[in-house]
Amino acid sequence: MARVLLENVTLEKGILCPVHSLTLEVRDKEFVSLLAPSGSGKTTTLRIVAGLDRPEKGSVWIGDEEVGDMTPAERDVAMIFQTYALYPHVSVRDNLASPLKVRKTPETEIDRSVKEVAEVLHIEDLLDKRPVTLSGGEMQRVAIGRALIRKPRVYLMDEPLTNLDAKLRVELRAEMKRLQKELGQTTIYATHDEVEALAMSNRIAVLNQGRLIQYDAPEAIYTHPKNTFVARFVGTPAMNMIPCSLEEKHGRKILQAGAFEYDITDFAEAVQGKATGDELVLGVRPAHVELHSKPPVDGGIQASVYVVEPMGRMTIVDVKVGENVFKVKVPHLFEGKPGDSVWISLDPRSVHIFDRKTGEAIA
Amino acid sequence: MQRRTKRQVKRIIRYALIIVVTAFFIFPLIWLGLTSIKPRAVLFDKPSWSSLFFEPTAKNYIDVFYREQYGLPPVRTYFEMLLVNSLLISLASVGLSTIIGTLAAWAFSRFEMRGKNTMMFFILSTRMLPPIATLVPLYLLYRALGFMYTHHGLILLYTMFTLAFSVWMMKGFIDEIPKELEEAAMVDGHSRLGAFFKATLPQALTAMAATAMFCLMTAWNEYAFALVVTGTDWTHARTAPVQLAKTFGESGYNWGLITASELIYLIPVIIITFIMQEYLLRGITFGTIKR
Repeated sequence: MARVLLENVTLEKGILCPVHSLTLEVRDKEFVSLLAPSGSGKTTTLRIVAGLDRPEKGSVWIGDEEVGDMTPAERDVAMIFQTYALYPHVSVRDNLASPLKVRKTPETEIDRSVKEVAEVLHIEDLLDKRPVTLSGGEMQRVAIGRALIRKPRVYLMDEPLTNLDAKLRVELRAEMKRLQKELGQTTIYATHDEVEALAMSNRIAVLNQGRLIQYDAPEAIYTHPKNTFVARFVGTPAMNMIPCSLEEKHGRKILQAGAFEYDITDFAEAVQGKATGDELVLGVRPAHVELHSKPPVDGGIQASVYVVEPMGRMTIVDVKVGENVFKVKVPHLFEGKPGDSVWISLDPRSVHIFDRKTGEAIA
Repeated sequence: MQRRTKRQVKRIIRYALIIVVTAFFIFPLIWLGLTSIKPRAVLFDKPSWSSLFFEPTAKNYIDVFYREQYGLPPVRTYFEMLLVNSLLISLASVGLSTIIGTLAAWAFSRFEMRGKNTMMFFILSTRMLPPIATLVPLYLLYRALGFMYTHHGLILLYTMFTLAFSVWMMKGFIDEIPKELEEAAMVDGHSRLGAFFKATLPQALTAMAATAMFCLMTAWNEYAFALVVTGTDWTHARTAPVQLAKTFGESGYNWGLITASELIYLIPVIIITFIMQEYLLRGITFGTIKR
């Protein structure tokens, strides 16, 4: 149990997914997700913490120690590899027992721990098999087990749930969250799945191309994305992003998007203060767009139905406003057909405005 | 019904092909065996297939170990000692070469180092010169070092011959073993070298067996250097190939004796090959199959 601190960590040379001047603090007992698309340096970051890669610049702290010169064994971390990295020549049981055996744990305790972990991960029946005979999901659970069996200072997990089928993934997600809370283990969890990150973490660090973009609680990441990258990446379906420009019309400030305009007179000053120009992006999540079959009283935006995707308990409707397509999440069955005329209105509290040049959030 | 006959025809063709190819490769061995048990009188019968029917004799095999002398009791040839020499020298050099080669290959495969490719090329380049070109300098060197007529002299020599090959071959194999295995072992708590023994070595064993087999063939059959180092005089380190060649030259072409000696000379390699067969096959196909 320990906090982890990365200070200006840079690793660029000869590495596939470099990390640039990354500073990240993970508090003791905290569960932090590194959320990023593939190739953004998540794995590299974990490897640096584990001591498998040495950063060119910056320092790494675990607990109150600078661990830069320590070997992976001395750092006392456990890592789940994306490729599982199970020892192919020994049984599942020996794979699980391996980290305890090196540390000279008594046999009886090893047996007990193996049993415990196997039970949590539903792999009791596999204990005497060789890894090559297992399916991807089973191997992944063994890999998780090999990390969980130990009580290290930090858990490092590199996409541990990606190869599981949907049902098991949800089950293990909850199980791992519970375990982490119960054990109070500091955990860094790399994933490209925003649902996992939102569901499990205390805080989420969003990375893009080896740089930290936003580091905040899940709700804050969702409701206040710092820039267009985070806004697009977090949330399914992705946020609607409509390029527009700030204009004045009849004494009111509006966002002009060609086929429609959006009145922002009330907070125009704040927008103008932060924006680098008049070129902006209007962002609104599909869940925050309302769909009407008749024109609403406060004057909606006229649109036509483009695609209808029923998802069971909700429907995702793509509507076309001029050349722009809005995705709308409708919390019920949608009866319209493509081509039907509809009206949409945007929830003013949930509208995001970004600077088109810098991508930074303005309001 | 028709499909079944078709399948059977296919199978017959397949086996026929296998038999033809096998026969092609095994024919020299069979002829060697036949010649070695033929009495001298029928050896040169023409055409040669007419001598397929003869009374087998074990005389040639006895001659390998005891040489007759006119009017005197037969003397021992100590051919078994030469076999022991060959075995000892080959196995020692193969062991050394495989172990050193594996460790070097691991280092080349896993560690960042400056001029890695240059070094690998340098190792390979030691085999580009025709070996015979180094014969004279080596002779002078060995004489100065006192390595002439010694076992360790030849062991060192053969280790050097085969090391380039084993480094390159093992590098290829070890590159195929995911390095995450070692990294997982390190995170588990092993040291750098401990991780190699725990995670990579068990995976490399089949490859090592295959490499060792190839090295063994080189060392076991080597003639030119063995002749220079151990052949000029009767010495206790002389290897079997040298003596085989002397058999050709000194007592006329006694083909029965030659073939019998060669068959005996083959036996240790055949035994070793059979023992290693399973490893060997796995080793040769290693990396060609996506696991």
